[in-house]
Amino acid sequence: MLRLLSFTLFLAIWWIAALAVGGAKLPSPPAVLQVMIAEASSGALFLHLGATLARVALAFTLAMSLGSAIGYLMGRVKLADRLGDPWLILLLNLPALVVIVLAYIWAGLTEAAAIAAIAINKLPTAIVTLREGTRALDRSLDEMASVFAMPRWRAFRHVVLPQLAPYIAASARSGLSLVWKIVLVAELLGRPNGVGFEIGVAFQLFDTPRLLAYSLTFAAVVLVIETLLVQPFEARANRWRPRAA
Amino acid sequence: MRLEVDITGKTFRSAAVGTHEVLAPVKFALQSGEVGVLIGPSGCGKSTMLRIILGLDHDFAGRIARPPEARIGMVFQEPRLLPWRSVEQNVRLAAPDVTDGKLSELFRILELEAHRSHFPGELSLGLARRVALARAFAVEPDLLVLDEPLASLDDALAGRLRDEIATLVASRPVMTLLVTHSLDDAVRLGDRLFFLSPRPARIVAEVPIGIPRDTRGEAEIAAIKAGLAQRIQGDRTERDVS
Repeated sequence: MLRLLSFTLFLAIWWIAALAVGGAKLPSPPAVLQVMIAEASSGALFLHLGATLARVALAFTLAMSLGSAIGYLMGRVKLADRLGDPWLILLLNLPALVVIVLAYIWAGLTEAAAIAAIAINKLPTAIVTLREGTRALDRSLDEMASVFAMPRWRAFRHVVLPQLAPYIAASARSGLSLVWKIVLVAELLGRPNGVGFEIGVAFQLFDTPRLLAYSLTFAAVVLVIETLLVQPFEARANRWRPRAA
Repeated sequence: MRLEVDITGKTFRSAAVGTHEVLAPVKFALQSGEVGVLIGPSGCGKSTMLRIILGLDHDFAGRIARPPEARIGMVFQEPRLLPWRSVEQNVRLAAPDVTDGKLSELFRILELEAHRSHFPGELSLGLARRVALARAFAVEPDLLVLDEPLASLDDALAGRLRDEIATLVASRPVMTLLVTHSLDDAVRLGDRLFFLSPRPARIVAEVPIGIPRDTRGEAEIAAIKAGLAQRIQGDRTERDVS
C-alpha cells in the first residue's frame, strides 16, 4: 500500500515537472505511455528488451558464479588472497568504459566481447563481497562439522552456504543494478539492438519520449525481477532469524 | 578401542608476550567403556587439550593415537548448533544414519519432543545444550567428548542427563572424556579422574574409582568425595608450607 502511494507520488511530481518545463524537455506520463504502447505493438520494444535481458542474464550469471568462487577461495586461502589482491584492486578501479572499448577493439564488435566486458565490470565487486562473507564465517561451526566428520559437500551446503547467503543476496542485488547500467553502455557503443542501442538512437534524434519509454520499461522489468526473485531468496535465506519487531 | 594421549608440550605464540607454554607433558590412555574425567582450574588448558585430542589442532609436540574409524560425538562448551537448521535437522546432519525410533527416544529422554521443528535461536540455553547432547548421542560415538555439558542446567535436569550419559556409556563400548568443574559429576560418572594443575597443565593426580558405576550408592559417592576433598586439602597445605 505504501509502495503504491510512493509510486503515485513519483508520477505526480513527474507530471507537474513536465507541465512546468514543457513537453520537449520532459514529456508527460501519458505521452511516454503512448510511445511505449506504439513500440510494444510493433514488437520492437520486446525485441530490444529481450536482447538486453539476455545479455544481463548471461553476464550476471557469469560474473556471479565466477566472482563467488574466486571470492570464496580468496577468503579461505591466504596465498590466493595475496596473489589476487592487486588484480582485484586494478579491476575495481578500471572504468567500465575502458573495459568495454578495449573488449571491442580486441575481440571485435561481437556478442561475446560485449558480455565478457559487462561480466568483467561486475566480477570484482562480487569477489570483494564474497571474500568478506567468507572471512566472516564462524570457525567454531567449521570445527563442529569437522569433529562430526561431515562430508565436505554436506558441510558446505548446510554450514557454509547459509552463512554466505546474505552476502550472495547483497552481491546479486548490487550486481543486478550495476550490470543493467553497464549493459546499456556496451550496447550503445557496439551492438545493433537492445535498450542501449535504442537510447543511442533516441539521443541522436533528441527523442525524449522514446528515451523515457525504453528506460522506464526496463526499470519496471528490473523491479519485477527484484520482487519476484531476489527478495524471496533473501526471505527464505533469513527465515531462521528471529523477526525484528 | 583405545585412546592414547601423549602430549609432550604445546606453546602459543602471541605478539604481546612471545611464546608461552599452555600444556606441560600430559600422558594418559582411555579404554572402551571407560569414563575419564579432566578436572582443573579455569584456563588451565583443558580446552586446548580437547582440541588436540579431537584433531582440530595439529600444532603440538607429541602423539595422539585414536582409531581412525572411531566416530566422535562432541558436546562443546557452547552448543554450536546451526542457527539456520531446525533442532531435528541439526541432529540429523551430524548423524545421518540415526533411525526415527532412536531419534524419538533421544528427544523423549531429553524432553525435546516439543522443539523438534524449532530453530536454535528460539531455544533457551538449557534447551540448546540438550540438543547438543542429543546430537552427540545420536551419532552412537566410539569416542564421546563432553566439555562441561551440564553447566547452566538446573539440578534436577542435570541429574537426569547425568543418568542418561551413564546409561549410554554402559550400553555401548564407548570411550568417554568428560571435562567438568563439579567434583560431584566427576565422582558419579568417572572411572578415572585426572586432576590438572594450573597452566601449563599437567596431571597432578590420577585417581581411579574402583567401584563400578552402577553399584555406586550415595554412601559410596559421599565417601569417595570426602577422600578426595581431604586429599586436595592435603595437597594445598603441603604446597602452602613449602
